This record gives sequence, structure tokens and C-alpha cells, in this order.
Amino acid sequence: MYASLGEVIAQRAGITNLGVEGCMLAGACAAYIVAAETGSPYLGIIAAFAAGGLFAMLHAFLVVTRGANQLASGLALMFLGLGMTAFFGRPYVKVQITPLRDYAIPGLSDLPYLGSVLFHHDVLTYAVFPLAGLLWWFVFRSRWGVMLRAVGESTESAFAVGLHPARIQYAAVTFGGALAGLGGAQISLAYAATWVENLTQGRGFIAVALVIFAMWNPLRAMVGALLFGGAVALQLQLQARGVGVSPLLLDMTPYLLTIVVLLVWAQRGRDAFPAGLTKVFRGTG
Amino acid sequence: MTVATQARARLRGQPPRSGWLVGRGAVLRFGMAVTVAMVAFGLVLLSESTNPLGTLRVMWDASVGTEFGRTEVLVKVIPFGLCALAVAVPARVGLINVGGEGQFYVGAWAAAGAVLYSGLPGWALLPAAFVAGATGGGAWAALVAVLRVKGKVNEAVSSLLLNFVAIQFVNYFVYGPWKDPRGPNWPFSPKFPDAAMLPTVYGDRLSIAIAFVAVGLVAMFLVLRYTRIGYHARVVGGNAVAAERSGIPVGRYLFWALVSGGAIAGLAGMAEVTGIQGRLRPGISVNYGYIGFLAAWLGGHRPLGILFACLLFGAISVGGDSLQLALGLPGSTVNILMALILFAVLAGRKNRTQVRA
Repeated sequence: MYASLGEVIAQRAGITNLGVEGCMLAGACAAYIVAAETGSPYLGIIAAFAAGGLFAMLHAFLVVTRGANQLASGLALMFLGLGMTAFFGRPYVKVQITPLRDYAIPGLSDLPYLGSVLFHHDVLTYAVFPLAGLLWWFVFRSRWGVMLRAVGESTESAFAVGLHPARIQYAAVTFGGALAGLGGAQISLAYAATWVENLTQGRGFIAVALVIFAMWNPLRAMVGALLFGGAVALQLQLQARGVGVSPLLLDMTPYLLTIVVLLVWAQRGRDAFPAGLTKVFRGTG
Repeated sequence: MTVATQARARLRGQPPRSGWLVGRGAVLRFGMAVTVAMVAFGLVLLSESTNPLGTLRVMWDASVGTEFGRTEVLVKVIPFGLCALAVAVPARVGLINVGGEGQFYVGAWAAAGAVLYSGLPGWALLPAAFVAGATGGGAWAALVAVLRVKGKVNEAVSSLLLNFVAIQFVNYFVYGPWKDPRGPNWPFSPKFPDAAMLPTVYGDRLSIAIAFVAVGLVAMFLVLRYTRIGYHARVVGGNAVAAERSGIPVGRYLFWALVSGGAIAGLAGMAEVTGIQGRLRPGISVNYGYIGFLAAWLGGHRPLGILFACLLFGAISVGGDSLQLALGLPGSTVNILMALILFAVLAGRKNRTQVRA
């Protein structure tokens, strides 16, 4: 969820980061190492934010300053994340940490059925919902958001009206990576509460798919993430009741749905695509 | 020289996006990038008090330094090279195929299906697997192509997304209908009969599929340079609007370029199951599709460049396997080196100027 929110911001500035996976891994691993060394998962969260941001900054440097190919740089970042975290994380594979505590919200968590599902989580999970709202406000209702979107549509015109596209892109990509780092931390500190090589297992790519699915809107990304997450939960339920749907086939649905969404708007000629991005995907970027 | 011949000369010489591994000074620039990356990699190793020179020594010995190692490098060149071709062919008409990974899986799946369930006699199994692998990969890419040509859906996005669908698709079969009934309940298909294994040309592991790579690279060179199809393809890649105006059926070129790319990636999958694995299982591709993408990009989408890039990545990857055995480091440590080389190249390349603050 964090990862897709971060990617929304970066792509709004016209930069795709296929290295989200790398940022998430960096965040997950850094969080775990710091949590294991200091005993505090909260310091781990800070480390994850920093590590994800640093990784993304590398991408920003190559793409913005050196004008490098975004897809190639992003994929390279993914491989860097795989390698670095495998290398530095190895001594911690069997180390235990204090995971983030789950907090029950008094009263609400006792509600039947939904209570324990909705109101019994770690702080990172709670924080993501207000964050989505905040980012929505930021992108669509604030001055900075206008600047961000302007850069995403056309760096040239943004430059012409006196903005600093490069600075804005740096900030957006770095912030996006930092959020992806938090997403990684949520997995290593709370969800899995353990570290193994390649912990995130392609979740970074789901984030990229989600961003498109959500048409670059933070709130919709949230809803999409819940839907995709819901598909996973539904799977477990179905399996438990012995319904013969293969969970593997259900795993495909997020990707297929995203393609359908793409197809639908391509037909309507609607274009929520930040125009700066189409350049990348048409190969001129 | 008329304008037309000038244009033609340009088309003959330079692809629209020229690569980094070509042109004057390429060797020098590339050597510098690799050196910078090696030093940075050494610093990373040092920070965990691993001896960098010793590590590089082990990698060298395991890959380029011995005959066995050199063979292993070529074994890796098979999937890397085919996956890179799968990217390079569509790239020449201006399309970005990030779907090599998925096309690889579907090709492997189709080849396995042909071997295990077609009921053909032994001698026909390999040709059937070949055709099935190419058809499978091609059909998977055709989905992307139809979405692009008819549905105007961006091919980079849809091919990337379909990778994950393909992986789940293969998983479905190996965990379900195709699981070996006599196996120890692992998600493996039954073992292929010996008749369905590609003959080896050198040692125990280098299969004849290395010839697919060679033929593919040479064919790409010849078609692009000497045929009308190749000429048209370059025009489409250079300026699709101009191509359309001059009567070239652009849509058809886009479609077939993607499909042939997919078919080549499918062959890579076929070569993996019939040359190395001998069965279908999850995770048959270790990011081959993405490595192929990077190799094609590094090689400037040109045959010779691709070959060098694949040899380099092959050596790094074989070296990585040795680290695990010799030094107990995780095998994916070498991903750091690979990424660093790419970063060095990306950062060192002269790029188009940008609006800058």
C-alpha cells in the first residue's frame, strides 16, 4: 500500500520507478537490521524510510540528472536491492526481533466479524489510511500538488513558468522510494516479522500495477490495494470452505483487472496518464 | 548525395536509439564503467569484511578462468541471449517488450506440454517442443500486440503485467494437473523422457540451443540490413507516422515484431526445460526476462552488442554461483555487481540534454 502511494507521487512527476521492488527490499532489510540491533522496531521504521529514499535517490540521479533510460535504471535498481539485501541481510536471517505490536482499538475491535479484521493492526497499517487522504489533498488541492502535476505533464512548460522540474522530480522520486521503504518495513517488522532473502516477492510490481489501476489517484490506489488484498483474503476464505477455485488463478486477477482498466480507457480516449510518462513508455524517455 | 540516400545511409548505420556498446571509444568507456563498478563492489564487500580481491578471484576462476567455467558461461548465454533478442526485435520497430519473463514461462509450459502430453513418438518430441515453445511465447506476446495495435494499450505496461499472470499460470499447472503423480509431492511435472532432451554439444550441460542464439543474432543482423522487411522495420521504428504515410502497414509490423520477440523468448523457455531442467517446475526463470531486457539495452539492441552484454552477464552470474559454494555468500550478491555496472553505464552515458533547473 505504501509502495503504491509512493509510486503515485513519483509518476505524477513523470518518473516511473520500476525499482520499487528494490526500494521495498531495502526498506524491509534496513528496518529488520536496525530493529534487531537496537531492539526497537520504531527506529527500524525510520531506517526503512531512509533506506528506501536513498535507493530512489540513486534512480533520480540517473534519470533526472543524467537523463538515463527509466526502465533500465529501475530494473537495475531492483537487482541492486536483491543483491544488497541478500548480502547485508544474511547474518540476520535467523535473528529474532520484537515485531511491531498490534493495537486493538478499544470498543471497535470487539465488533463481531469485522472488528478484529479492521481494528487490530500495527501502527504502520493504521497510518496508511490518513496518509492516503493527505496525499490526495496534496496532489489535487495544494499548490505543491499543482507544481508536481505540471512537471509530470511537461517538464518544458513547467520550466518555462519558472519551476525547477529537476528538484521537484528528485523530491517526488525520493519521497516515493521512502514510502516504498515503509511498505517493506511493514512486511518485515509486522506482517512476516522475519527476514529472508527476497522477502517482498514481487509486491513492488503489484504496486506499479496498482498505480495504473488507480489512475494515479492516491485514494483510488488505497481502494485498489484493499481490493487486491481482499482478493487474497477471499482466496483463503474460499479455500477454507473448500470451494474449488485455485488460489493461483485468483492471484492473476489484479494484473488482469489492471489490463482491462487500461483497455477501457484507451477506448474512451481518456487519458489520466501524466503526459510526461507517455514519453517514457513510447521509448523517447 | 540525395536526401533519400542520406536517409537510407542513416537508417543503415544508426538505429533510432543508439546503444552504449557501439561506436568509437566504446571499449574504453565500457572498460571504465566496469572498473568503477568493480571498485564500488569491492567497497561493498569490504564493509562486511569480506576480502574483495579474493572474491573477485573466486568469481574469475569459476567463470572465465577454467574450461568448465567458460562452458557454464555459454550455458547462461542461452537464456540471456534469447531473452535479449526478444526485447531487441520489437525495439527496432520502436516497441518496448518487458514481457520476456512471461513469454519465457509460457514457452516452457507449451514445450513441456508437447513433450509430456502429446503422445508423439520419441523422435518427434523435440521438434514438437520447439514449435510449441515458439508458439506459446509468440501467442503470449500476441496478446500484448493485439492490445497495442487494436486496443491502443501501452505495450510496456501490459507486457510487464502479463509476466505475473504467466508465472501464476505455470504454477497452476505444476501444482495441479501436471504434478508428477509419482513424485514426492513437489510441484514438479514428471521428468521428460531422454528423447525429449536437447543433445549437448560440449560437456554435460551446454546444449545445442546455443545455436539458437547464434542463428538468432545473425538472422537479426541479416534481416535488418539486407531485406525489405528489415528496411521497413527500421523505418517504422524511426518514424511510425512517416512509415504509415509511405504505405508501410505499420500495425502489421508492430504485431509481428512483438510476436517474433515473444516466440524467441518462448524458445528460451523451451531450451531451459529440454536442455537443463528436464521437467517443468516453478521458478524456472531466475529473472532471465529482465536480465535479457537489460542486456539488450546495454547492447544497444544490436546483435554484436547483445552478444557482449550476454557474455558479461553470463560470466557474472556463473561467478555468483561460485561465491555461494566457495565463500558462503548469498548467490545474489553478484546482483550488486551487475546493477553497479549498469548504473556506471547509465551515469556515464552521454544522454540527451534535459530541461534542467
